Amino acid sequence: MPTPTEAAGTQPSPAASSSADTPVIEFVDVEKRFGDNVVLKDLNFQVARGERVTLIGPSGSGKTTILRLVMTLEELSGGYIYIDGQPLTHEQRGGKRVPVSKKQQKALRTRIGMVFQQFNLFPNMTVLENITEAPIHVLGQTKAQAVQKAHSLLEQVGLPDKADAHPTSLSGGQQQRVAIARALAMDPEILLLDEVTSALDPEVVGDVLNILREVADTTNVTMLIVTHEMGFARDVSHKVMMFDGGRVVEEGHPEQIFTNPSHERTKKFLGAVLGH
Amino acid sequence: MSLENLYAQEIDDPTLIDEEEVRRTPFWDWDVAIDAFPSILEAFIKYTLLVTVLGTLIAAVLGLVIAVLILTLPKPLAWIVKWLANFIRMTPIVVQLIFVFWAFLGTIEPLTMGIIVFGVHYATYMSEVYRAGIESVPKGQWEATTALSMSPVRTWQKVVIPQALRSTVPSLGNYAISMFKDTPFLIVIGVAEMVTAASAYGAPLSRHTEVYTIAGLIFLAASYPTAVLVNRLEKRLAYAH
Amino acid sequence: MEFFEDWPGYFQVLWNWSDRLLDGLWVTIQLSIYGGLLAFVIAVALGLMAGSPSLWLRAPARVLIEVFRGISLVVLLFWLMYILPLLWMYNPGLPFRGIVESTFLLGVFALGLNYGAYGAEAVRASLTTVPKGQWEATTALSMSWPHKIRRVIFPQAWALMIPSLTNLWVHLLKGSAIAYVIPLVSDFTAQLNQLRRPTDIWFSHAFIGLVIYFLLALVITVFMQALEARAKHKLGRGPSLREILSPAPKAVIPETSPAGQPQQKSTAGGER
Repeated sequence: MPTPTEAAGTQPSPAASSSADTPVIEFVDVEKRFGDNVVLKDLNFQVARGERVTLIGPSGSGKTTILRLVMTLEELSGGYIYIDGQPLTHEQRGGKRVPVSKKQQKALRTRIGMVFQQFNLFPNMTVLENITEAPIHVLGQTKAQAVQKAHSLLEQVGLPDKADAHPTSLSGGQQQRVAIARALAMDPEILLLDEVTSALDPEVVGDVLNILREVADTTNVTMLIVTHEMGFARDVSHKVMMFDGGRVVEEGHPEQIFTNPSHERTKKFLGAVLGH
Repeated sequence: MSLENLYAQEIDDPTLIDEEEVRRTPFWDWDVAIDAFPSILEAFIKYTLLVTVLGTLIAAVLGLVIAVLILTLPKPLAWIVKWLANFIRMTPIVVQLIFVFWAFLGTIEPLTMGIIVFGVHYATYMSEVYRAGIESVPKGQWEATTALSMSPVRTWQKVVIPQALRSTVPSLGNYAISMFKDTPFLIVIGVAEMVTAASAYGAPLSRHTEVYTIAGLIFLAASYPTAVLVNRLEKRLAYAH
Repeated sequence: MEFFEDWPGYFQVLWNWSDRLLDGLWVTIQLSIYGGLLAFVIAVALGLMAGSPSLWLRAPARVLIEVFRGISLVVLLFWLMYILPLLWMYNPGLPFRGIVESTFLLGVFALGLNYGAYGAEAVRASLTTVPKGQWEATTALSMSWPHKIRRVIFPQAWALMIPSLTNLWVHLLKGSAIAYVIPLVSDFTAQLNQLRRPTDIWFSHAFIGLVIYFLLALVITVFMQALEARAKHKLGRGPSLREILSPAPKAVIPETSPAGQPQQKSTAGGER
């Protein structure tokens, strides 16, 4: 792992050589400010291929911001993010921090999928169109291909008969399952899950999480998860990172973090959310 | 002067312009522009601004009267007032101007007619704004006046209207700008507002570029800053709420 | 007032003059439709430019919008009638001279440019009211800007912009009456003024003129309300047009369900 001093001088990651051990996501000295408010500071971490990482911490600790930075929904204030070893927003050239080309950013972005807290399905399209729109028009798949894939994904999320329904006629849980199918239809290498169950009625949370468990079990997709469902985090993730005040307070195997947290802040947080 | 073609003496038929003549003269003549500017500006202040200011005053007051009438009169009467207002709002000012001009010819000055027609026309727009403002006064305010046994007149005067008016100021500003840009319609009843004055100056000389450009720039120079100001006021009021 | 004594005779005159009046009405309708369509195209083009992230598109759009709505309709009309043709007169070789030789077309352009600039503001504003989550979802799916606008954002903004566009179209219809001063164009107002001579001002302008303009404005309003209902239905809000128009038992208007309960398909009026 490159130290900040190394990063200042040389290219921290070997560019464009995505071998098996290149991290899929790498944050180097990442900083994010909203005006004067520093949300993330000097953030460094890596996510390996196929790894599933859950970010926990109190609200306002910057977890969601990390996902949004990876999805390029927020602008980076400082530092670098690498996807498969390639710079996502800025790169170092001649000791200077310069933005990467739009083309490269777009190419990298198609490898990343995201499921939102508020589903964000397109209300002007049917369920099927929601799922096939981007595969056809962004990835250039044929319509038949995309439709076939969409049907099998709808099968997978348990909504095989809703292809022609309109999103507004679906319940929240159903909408979120469609949103998961929509993200998966792009065959992402990285799947970002941003509090995907927070807007759902308690009785349907389990269904949605089961679908995600199945995705985790059957695919090798790298996941970056922000959630308040600690049971799910524990089952699914390889690693848990505890955030507070824009910094990683503690990270480790879920078993260790949840049963035997070492940091006082983590103990307090888990005590509060788990109700001990 | 024939009243039949009031506007015609001011306006050249553009299809009759002598092309050879045009080619001999420059596209833009500074002498004409400098010479025309004072008379156009004078018409702007004496007529265009006058009509806008007085018209806006009428619209502001009459609009409130219409809104209160619609909200307080018994149903059938309120309905009549409402549709009369709709009728005026949804028909052209140009036709209204011509109609009033001939209906009251000889009894009222054309300039006065113009002010009244613009005032009444925009009052019907303002009445909608006031109505929305009055309806947005919280129910609790009405209940409080009942609890205090205030008379209906006092309730309207001291509680409802002051609260409703605040949020309507930006709309009044926007309609004033609209009215301002509509004032050249007065050309159809022969009031010498700015564009009519510009035509009157340019037509005998066959010079159009300078006069209409000056008129357009004066419109821009007056309406754009006002619009920015109104916009700011709107945002400030939105914050205050 | 003569009107109340002579009115049966006026209807006879009206009948005799009906051809000319209908001609004028047709001109007014054409001005409103062509002008309205041009205004719509300009509004969408300038509105999208003004709402785009690129300064190179935004800046010129802003200037055009402010100029075309900042100078009055009449000034714009006179610019087009007197100044634009000079371009062709100084350069006789320029093509498309026919545009400036038709005073009718110039009228359409004046209406289209002026109200199109107002409409551009409505379009731009409605783009910003599409929920942020929709924009973010399109980014998450790597859609290009034209793609996301065409397929996701505009269809949703459309339902929001229709009420403003309706108002503007009625304004345009009313504004078209100024075509009365355009040489060689005899719109409805011009013909009304002719009718004034054999009848009187009340009969021609108030009774026939204002009422017909009012009816035209109502037609525009009803048409646009139908468009709005259709657009909302497509977004899954409100009943379809057919359900609104069907005289059968009132269809239950399906509310969007914030709590997320599955919606029962309304059976009333659903004979599709």
